[in-house]
Amino acid sequence: MKVFHFTEQAYAPAWNDHDGSLRVNLPNRKCDPKIAADNYHRWYDEWALADELGLDIMVNEHHQTATCTSSACVITLAILARETKRARLLVLGYPIGHRPDPLRCAEELSTIDVISRGRLEMGFVKGVPYEVPVANTNPVFLMDRFWEAHDFILKAMTSHDGPFNWEGEHFHYRHVNVWPRPYQEPHPPVWVTTGSGSQARRLGECGYVMATLGSGYATKGLYDAYRQGYVSKGRPMPGADRFAYLGLVAVASTEDEARRRAEHVAGYVRTSGIVYPPFRNPPGFLSADDNAKLLKAGKPPARTFTKDGRAVDMRTGSVQDLIDAAIMFAGTPDQVYRQLVDFCEWVGGMGNLLMMGQAGFLSHADTVDSLTLFAREVLPRLKEYKQPTPAAIAAA
Amino acid sequence: MGDLDPGLDLSLWSGWYKFGKTQGRQRLMSTAGSPPATQTIDGLQIEILTRGNGKPLLFLHPELGLDPSAAVVDRLASGARLVAPSHPGFGRSEVTKSLTTVDDLAYFYLDLIEALDLRGAALVGVSFGAWIAAEIAIKSTARLSHLVLADAVGIKVSDRETRDIPDIFAMTDGQFAELAYADPAIGKIDYTAKPEAELKIVARNREATARYAWSPYLHDPKLKGRLHRIRIPTLVLWGDKDRLTAPDYGRAYAAAIPGARFELIGACGHFPHIEQPEAFARTVLGFIGGSK
Repeated sequence: MKVFHFTEQAYAPAWNDHDGSLRVNLPNRKCDPKIAADNYHRWYDEWALADELGLDIMVNEHHQTATCTSSACVITLAILARETKRARLLVLGYPIGHRPDPLRCAEELSTIDVISRGRLEMGFVKGVPYEVPVANTNPVFLMDRFWEAHDFILKAMTSHDGPFNWEGEHFHYRHVNVWPRPYQEPHPPVWVTTGSGSQARRLGECGYVMATLGSGYATKGLYDAYRQGYVSKGRPMPGADRFAYLGLVAVASTEDEARRRAEHVAGYVRTSGIVYPPFRNPPGFLSADDNAKLLKAGKPPARTFTKDGRAVDMRTGSVQDLIDAAIMFAGTPDQVYRQLVDFCEWVGGMGNLLMMGQAGFLSHADTVDSLTLFAREVLPRLKEYKQPTPAAIAAA
Repeated sequence: MGDLDPGLDLSLWSGWYKFGKTQGRQRLMSTAGSPPATQTIDGLQIEILTRGNGKPLLFLHPELGLDPSAAVVDRLASGARLVAPSHPGFGRSEVTKSLTTVDDLAYFYLDLIEALDLRGAALVGVSFGAWIAAEIAIKSTARLSHLVLADAVGIKVSDRETRDIPDIFAMTDGQFAELAYADPAIGKIDYTAKPEAELKIVARNREATARYAWSPYLHDPKLKGRLHRIRIPTLVLWGDKDRLTAPDYGRAYAAAIPGARFELIGACGHFPHIEQPEAFARTVLGFIGGSK
């Protein structure tokens, strides 16, 4: 298993000073740039530590929000490409459907791949609903734009014999010839996030790494849809390396201390959805059928469940609830190892843990200790762990 | 991180489709009308409500869609042959990928007008429908006799940092009702009590509005400079309590159309055909010369 250390790079002081919305419209006067500078430097220190400890690294991007101050993921990647030595650098992700200029995306990502000497893992995402009012992309055509940008970026990265032409529905270019070309052949590995079964199947057909977040013990259905798509293209069952899962992680030498840290890390799920309501469901972001069901129900359906089918609300659940729902993996190294293996067995193999090892008010000292313990006492055992075999999954 | 939202919640505007109590009673009482029929226009299955006799009146509905049982339907049909399609993507009308702008809709409607062989027709639109009507009229009025634009959207009047129209995609149900109706109670709707099939239409209407009007937001930057091409009698009709598009916005619209008349409807917000169906129909029919 690979483990990627991740932080949303939250501006946590604003979590206690808002008017019901942490995203889109929270005035930026609430951001003290001196505090923000200190934050960035400590996160880069923690990523440098992760690199030394044998962990890989993940970064992401959101806009106009105190939940995540990484508004341009390529800046983070560019710094890490030079400052780290060995870690894989996963961006999950780059909201390419919102970008006005996918040629620029191809140039940025190729350059980062070259500077890092081929360590880029290239994650493309649709983006959460509240990215829409900021980017002002028409939500009705967002997925069309996403897939056209995807097609264009891969074409730009794999064309080496002079310029090509592109006159698509959303993007137009005359002379595409990206310099430098990517370090990895044919291009950096592609990752995509999803929460929908139909998209999971499509990702399986593509053979990309599929990541999910907050899906808990409902994850298996998404993985199964992926597997169906994967084998539909005449391939054998996919290995665990095709699957990634975002887990909140807190480790300590005692359970009590781990729970204390877990409370801080859980701050992420407790604040992530604090958004002015009209920004939560832009028109066309969901299908008309899904919106009709939402209107009828009057509230969104539960999405996160424990093994025995109990729904857990990520915004209000206790740390124990979050552990029960496999949103969080927290405890002593032994406990965390057992929780992770249990999850892998349940979903039929998961080869990439996207480890939210820092969130909110978790201090630098706590983060360093938690990461170090994880790397020394959990990671080696996860590397040894034998994921369920494709034959066993097929038989299940 | 990705496309998953732990806080996904609902925020749809009330009044998006008219389901008010008054409307419900009228629906039960309205036995004369036949439901919309479906017709193929430009390869798309389009639902078209046709009612009444006489001069053709092509009615273009607003972003809420059209409730076939609304009182205004029979009122308009009392003095004209009402032809009221659901725009592509709205109601139960199909839509295709190549239709993405109000300009596209205007060409679609020029085809529809020919396909239905409408001649000497009055073109009447409300809000989003009035924007389509204006885009049609700058292209061709060959088959049109009169134009009525009620509480229209579609033009840019103020400077670049001033929204002419509040962001309807960034407000709650209650805020929308406050702005859209003189009597906001009209906009209060319990969606959970409605059948899912009707709610799908609500969702389709909302999505279709975004499809055509997301950005530039509810306007075409070039439209105002082209309105001078409209040379048929034009009435710009406005709710005096319209807080979505203020009457001054309507006056700017009228000023850009040669000879256009501007008129207010009292005790009325942004949707006069819903809020004041009687006065709306009387004024429209009076203007287009239909019998009453």
